[in-house]
Amino acid sequence: MTLRPYLTAMTAIVAREALRFIHQRERFIAALVRPLVWLLVFAAGFRAALGLSITPPYQTYITYEIYIVPGLCGMILLFNGMQSSLSLVYDREMGSMRLLLTAPLPRWWLLLSKLLGSTLISILQCYAFLFIAWAFDITLPPWGYVTAFPALLIAGLMLGALGLALSSFIKQLENFAGVMNFVIFPMFFLSSALYPLWKMAESSRLLHDICAANPFTHAVELIRFALYADFNLQALGWTLLATAAFGALAIWGYDPSRALIRRKKGG
Amino acid sequence: MKSQSNNGLKIEGLSFAYGAKQALDDISLTIAPGTFCALLGPNGAGKSTLFALLTRLFTTAEGRITIGGHDLAKTPRAALAQMGVVFQQTTLDLDLTIRQNLRYFAALHGLSGREASRRIDAALDQLDLTARASEKCRTLNGGHKRRTEIARALLHSPSFLLLDEATVGLDAATRADITAHVHALAAEKNLTVLWATHLTDEVEDHDQLAILHRGQLLTSGRTAELRQSQSLSDYFLSLTSEPA
Repeated sequence: MTLRPYLTAMTAIVAREALRFIHQRERFIAALVRPLVWLLVFAAGFRAALGLSITPPYQTYITYEIYIVPGLCGMILLFNGMQSSLSLVYDREMGSMRLLLTAPLPRWWLLLSKLLGSTLISILQCYAFLFIAWAFDITLPPWGYVTAFPALLIAGLMLGALGLALSSFIKQLENFAGVMNFVIFPMFFLSSALYPLWKMAESSRLLHDICAANPFTHAVELIRFALYADFNLQALGWTLLATAAFGALAIWGYDPSRALIRRKKGG
Repeated sequence: MKSQSNNGLKIEGLSFAYGAKQALDDISLTIAPGTFCALLGPNGAGKSTLFALLTRLFTTAEGRITIGGHDLAKTPRAALAQMGVVFQQTTLDLDLTIRQNLRYFAALHGLSGREASRRIDAALDQLDLTARASEKCRTLNGGHKRRTEIARALLHSPSFLLLDEATVGLDAATRADITAHVHALAAEKNLTVLWATHLTDEVEDHDQLAILHRGQLLTSGRTAELRQSQSLSDYFLSLTSEPA
């Protein structure tokens, strides 16, 4: 077995995602506006309401804007991961997915390549977001920008894999609203993205426990520590575990013998 | 992947059910190398299911598909490498140029660099698309989109070409042109072709004809011999029309 065809195909799939992205500038801007509104409007308004104590990885008192930066990176990865995978539910996109799946390579490799492509695009958006935040004086340690990369990659793969798994089970695009309501919002709000878990525990123990079990919380914490050139083993472990679980679910969903990806099709 | 073992297409005892609904019932069909086989069937006959199974979108435990001598279930990658597909809906990336689309597909088949360029040039030339290679697919008309997809399906030199209602939505002249072109490909390149359609005028007398109806293969043979003195359209209707 030679690796060459594998790498050729992966490179092409990633490059295609990049080209598609370049052609969809609106998507890029939309994906940036969302976290920026949170950062510059919501956080500014909220800053007075929420007192934050010093918890790792922070070594000093921080403002709320600083606190939610990792969560908003997570938000970009979450929305993009869902969106790019769910776009497969469009028949038009499903066509290109069908074409992809006729390539003479293992299906898991093709899915992984697609996932990697969309994740790298999301990471690019995260850096654009961090850059704008920096321009508004919301800065991180210089090394943090580097060490964040692997964390963003793992978190992005996890969320992309979740989206891919969902795309194999969801039959119609209308269900995107359902995904919004039942996956994206709960995942985002029931996490440490907007408020630290100890703060959550003050109001409800149950909510705290749900947040602590949410894989998105661990992804956000992984990013948070990495942005400060720090490392959170527990977050890494849970994020990797969730990535493996969602990835396995996606491969299962796209397994040809399960026939889950068949659509309505009559003829 | 480059082996040219051309044993045509062989489908044996293929069945598939969506839950309780039997979509394909014990289909057996052999297409010899270099043969153009037209698959005629009314809507709902099971064509899409058959194509999904042939392209391994999903699989079934009942029956066997052999493409160019490779069992699709046992050695899927070798079998898929032998197959070129043109789907009913366009699967081109409309924001990319013809050449970019072809390059992407070549890479999916492990072809890159000079070898990919050489094959792309040859495929473009064969489909008379060279002059348009740098045009974005969005600007192409339906006929040229289809040609691009056929060129793409031939890049990796498959021995078997599968087309799912490839002329849908095209004007009469373009339709005739593409149909003639694929007939010529089968003859000149010894390509095994399975051409699904519901338009009887796309079928020539020397083609193999397979008629699918309600998940069953009603008949298969040389068109001229099957229809005899009837027009193909009448013959087709006599087999598939519902009793009043």
